[in-house]
Amino acid sequence: MNAVTSPILSVITFLPLVGVLFILSLPRSEGGDRNAKHAALYTTLFTFGVSLLLWINFDATTADFQFVEDFAWFGAADDASSIRYRMGVDGISMLFVILTTFLMPLCILASWESIKHRVKEYMIAFLLLETMMIGVFCALDLMLFYIFFEAGLIPMYLIIGVWGGKRRVYASYKFFLYTLLGSVLMLLAMLAMYDFANSTDIRVLLKTDFPADMQWWLWLAFFASFAVKLPMWPVHTWLPDAHVEAPTAGSVILAGILLKMGGYGFLRFSLPMFPLASHDFAMFVFALSVAAIIITSLVALAQEDIKKLIAYSSVAHMGFVTLGIFTFTRQGIDGAIFQMLSHGLVSAALFLCVGVIYDRMHTREIKAFGGLVERMPIFAFCFMVFTMANVGLPGTSGFVGEFLTLLGAFKVNTTVAALATLGVILSAAYALYLYRRVVFGELEKQSLKNILDMNPREIAILAPLVILTILFGVYPAPLLDVMAVSVQNLVANYHLAISQSAAALAVSP
Amino acid sequence: MIYIAIVFLPLLGALLAGFFGRVLTARGSEIVTTALLLIAAVLSWIAFVNVGFYHETARVPVAQWITSGELDVSWALRIDTLSAVMLVVVTTVSSLVHIYSIGYMQDDPSRSRFFSYLSLFTFAMLMLVTSDNLLQMFFGWEGVGLASYLLIGFWYKKPEANAAAMKAFIVNRVGDFGFALGIFGLFFVFNSINFDQLFAEAQMVALENNPKNTIEFLGYQFDTLTTLCLLLFMGAMGKSAQFLLHTWLPDAMEGPTPVSALIHAATMVTAGVFMVARMSPLFDLAPVALQVVTIVGTATAFFAATIGLVQNDIKRVIAYSTCSQLGYMFAACGLGAYGVAIFHLFTHAFFKALLFLGAGSVIHSMHHEQDMRNMGGLAPKIRTTWIMMLIGTLALTGFGIPHLIGFAGFHSKDAIIEAAFAGNTPYNYVFITLVAAAAMTSFYSWRLIFMTFHGKTRAEPDTFRHAHESPWVMLIPLGVLAVGAVAAGFVFKDFFIGHHYKEFWGNSLFEASNNHIMHDMHDRSVVPKWVGWLPFGAMAGGFALAWLYYIRMPWLPELTARIFRPVYLFLLNKWYFDELYDWLFVRPTMAIGRFLWKRVDGSVIDGTVDGTARSVAWATGKAVRLQTGYVYHYAFVMLIGVAALLTLFIRSLLMSGGPTP
Repeated sequence: MNAVTSPILSVITFLPLVGVLFILSLPRSEGGDRNAKHAALYTTLFTFGVSLLLWINFDATTADFQFVEDFAWFGAADDASSIRYRMGVDGISMLFVILTTFLMPLCILASWESIKHRVKEYMIAFLLLETMMIGVFCALDLMLFYIFFEAGLIPMYLIIGVWGGKRRVYASYKFFLYTLLGSVLMLLAMLAMYDFANSTDIRVLLKTDFPADMQWWLWLAFFASFAVKLPMWPVHTWLPDAHVEAPTAGSVILAGILLKMGGYGFLRFSLPMFPLASHDFAMFVFALSVAAIIITSLVALAQEDIKKLIAYSSVAHMGFVTLGIFTFTRQGIDGAIFQMLSHGLVSAALFLCVGVIYDRMHTREIKAFGGLVERMPIFAFCFMVFTMANVGLPGTSGFVGEFLTLLGAFKVNTTVAALATLGVILSAAYALYLYRRVVFGELEKQSLKNILDMNPREIAILAPLVILTILFGVYPAPLLDVMAVSVQNLVANYHLAISQSAAALAVSP
Repeated sequence: MIYIAIVFLPLLGALLAGFFGRVLTARGSEIVTTALLLIAAVLSWIAFVNVGFYHETARVPVAQWITSGELDVSWALRIDTLSAVMLVVVTTVSSLVHIYSIGYMQDDPSRSRFFSYLSLFTFAMLMLVTSDNLLQMFFGWEGVGLASYLLIGFWYKKPEANAAAMKAFIVNRVGDFGFALGIFGLFFVFNSINFDQLFAEAQMVALENNPKNTIEFLGYQFDTLTTLCLLLFMGAMGKSAQFLLHTWLPDAMEGPTPVSALIHAATMVTAGVFMVARMSPLFDLAPVALQVVTIVGTATAFFAATIGLVQNDIKRVIAYSTCSQLGYMFAACGLGAYGVAIFHLFTHAFFKALLFLGAGSVIHSMHHEQDMRNMGGLAPKIRTTWIMMLIGTLALTGFGIPHLIGFAGFHSKDAIIEAAFAGNTPYNYVFITLVAAAAMTSFYSWRLIFMTFHGKTRAEPDTFRHAHESPWVMLIPLGVLAVGAVAAGFVFKDFFIGHHYKEFWGNSLFEASNNHIMHDMHDRSVVPKWVGWLPFGAMAGGFALAWLYYIRMPWLPELTARIFRPVYLFLLNKWYFDELYDWLFVRPTMAIGRFLWKRVDGSVIDGTVDGTARSVAWATGKAVRLQTGYVYHYAFVMLIGVAALLTLFIRSLLMSGGPTP
């Protein structure tokens, strides 16, 4: 059995659970905690290693799903219409799997010293979360997708609720309410789709022509869920609170992976399955995207809490993602996916940077800092790289996504493109303003006089992110090549559906 | 290979000094970066000769960059006369500034960082000028912006330096907003942003019956090339500190003086001029856009000169002078005289870098005093610097014998003024304004010399006594630049703008079939002899007035300021642009940000959510009495969902008569 025919996706998805089983067997003691950390680290590293096989063996010349697994689950072994265990990846989803497995070891390392109580449970929660997240990107069955999509929230909940900050109850409450509404509607939509197509196979549903009026409702229901998850303006207010309360690694996963599920959802469901509705709602999405880019950037400018500022900047960056997706152009969607991957690295890195100084000072207030470059030059360098990537400086990965989405947007609507490009100015304003207040200036505060620069563990966490941020900014081909054919296929199918519908309208009186 | 070396050696230097500065020690970093740049400079001159005189143009592919659908952008070096001229300017000034900085920064503990930034800047600038497509140009464009930001804020403990660095970056981003939209638009129209395709198809797009001749932008139909050229020009206005987007340049003087010389005088700020020249195949087909370029350039040349008249900070005077000279270059571009604009860019690089480094030498000798009111009488103390500054001033003011020979600025600036006359604009406004600006240039330049070096000293006795000449390592670069300030004009004149200009520039600059400016400006029937004498008169008049004000009757400036107090204050406060922008943009933006946060996000959205939350909590509390925690609610909802899916599934199984065998 070679890597291609073996159930590699299931292996990657469930490997973290092996780590969970091992940690469960550990005694509750200091040594047990240490072993739990090591077990979690090695599990995630090993998972990452295996997931690289996926990338190596990936065939970028086809838009079909690859590494497909299809087993009976509910119902008879050969009943294709039943809910089955179906897994597979294409050029759109594969890189998100890699992003997940890549960020996980960094999260474990980032929690190495900052998590002091219930270490075992913490590690278990993260490993469970990893399984759920990988599952979301690999699932090829509605039911399976839904389970992974929703179940992942439970460990995230616990991470915020148990290891979070002071207002964690309020944050998780808000999180709950927002997501609940979206989930219920999405579930109803899935039921309706199953009823119509008599299949839960995503590959079948991708080829199903849903009637135009039905698409409309299904699109809205999925939108409710994905818009909250991404999050889009104005259903974004749970995110800053969740970020502020979450421990560093929780923020990393939240910004790095969980938000991307919304964008991934649009690409996997809304766009290919409901093209007519997507077409009708494009202007609506543009309006919300532009609102996200401009309004949340302005809000970011006014923030006094570092994490909140970065959280708001995340919302603004996700605005580029939705903008790009709904241009239905090659550049727009390439850009949106790239933007998600890049944001996965950059926002994760920014939250890790905040974690570095939070661990030392136990505050996230901007006012409490200033002049850090004096004592922390390595930190200042890393933070500068990610600030510039956040600003979208050419040569960093942040630029490529922003540029491509705006390029696509200009083709479709110049006003939208111009308004969204204003974000380029605003992002520079809030990001540099933050950097200036935290890193530059005279180091005057007594509390900062003895602050230490990053230790080897912290450097080991941030160094790969620095390298990748610059590498993919200068040479984005490895990512763009993987997605090229799948995106081309997605765009072509969309335009085919639209032109067919237009032709049908023209024929019928 | 030689081209790769020119561009990437500075990057190598930046990386070595940046990451291994501690291992190399400060001295090691200085030597490594400076040596690498000197090599790059020598290679650049070789390249200049090869390209300019032997016409060996080249396109050197480096690597793939962004590919997405029909978009295909690579890293590549485009070597033609235009880029070769820029290579020479950038590497020469940069290597001299590196050498100079060894002396100027000798007491600074972060020298490795400084030299790393300088080399990084040089690399970005070289990427900009050798770009083969708009995106690589944008990379260099923003890259020099980053380096400028880092260098202005180099002394990060100074709040003014940090503010100035931020301001520079953000104001430039306002320009880049236009630049970016221009790139998007060009891709939309041409399906490519590589120069070769753009230039090849521009004339087709300019045809009126071409459907691409107009473009929809912000809901209106506009002429394609005009719209896109104006958007690109917005970027140029930001980078080259033109009227309305100029406010960052004077503040940028907070950076160390060598930085001002390299970035904010000789190289980076000229990128806008370079861009317009590079895009001449598009601009020359967009007459309305060219008119705007002329108007903005002329306005800047005049407006910046007026402010320069009354400033007291030695560096700010030169900064406004730079702003004004860039205006001259744009005016020339707008008239279609791209070669003349680049010629002025070329000579200006030498004498403006000389003036800045000379000012640095003064500041160095005066222990970081920059206010000219606290100087005076320094000529005998720092004689070499004084002579160097005199050469720079003679070059800037365009000293020379009309129709014969003169300092560098004489040949290039007077050529712009002649082109302005030949351009025959309404009321000859460009010509008249530029001559007036030349008079002011002469006045403020000599004012600077007189206030700094002549008369009785106003310096603190202690400072004056300790005023000392700078070390050789600083004076040698001054000497080299002085040679350029003297000779760059008459040596290269024939090639840049004279008889050989067509052969020299090759295909790197474009002239539409109706653009005869380069011919007309040499035609005596179009430009009579007195046109050459007029700037000479303006220069002499400015000198005489400055002499009267600051040597002959030193009480006159104060009296004039008192009589024309409103005008004086208006100029002293730089036309109140900073205050205006603060009131118009900065404060409202912050206020809106706070409003959106507290009111919209806080009260409206969260208010609604929290309200709903309370009622839901109340309802669920009544209905389900699950013990604690929302996780259980959540799991419960999921369970219901799974159950519902299963029910449906079983129903469909029953309806289809059970699983098919």
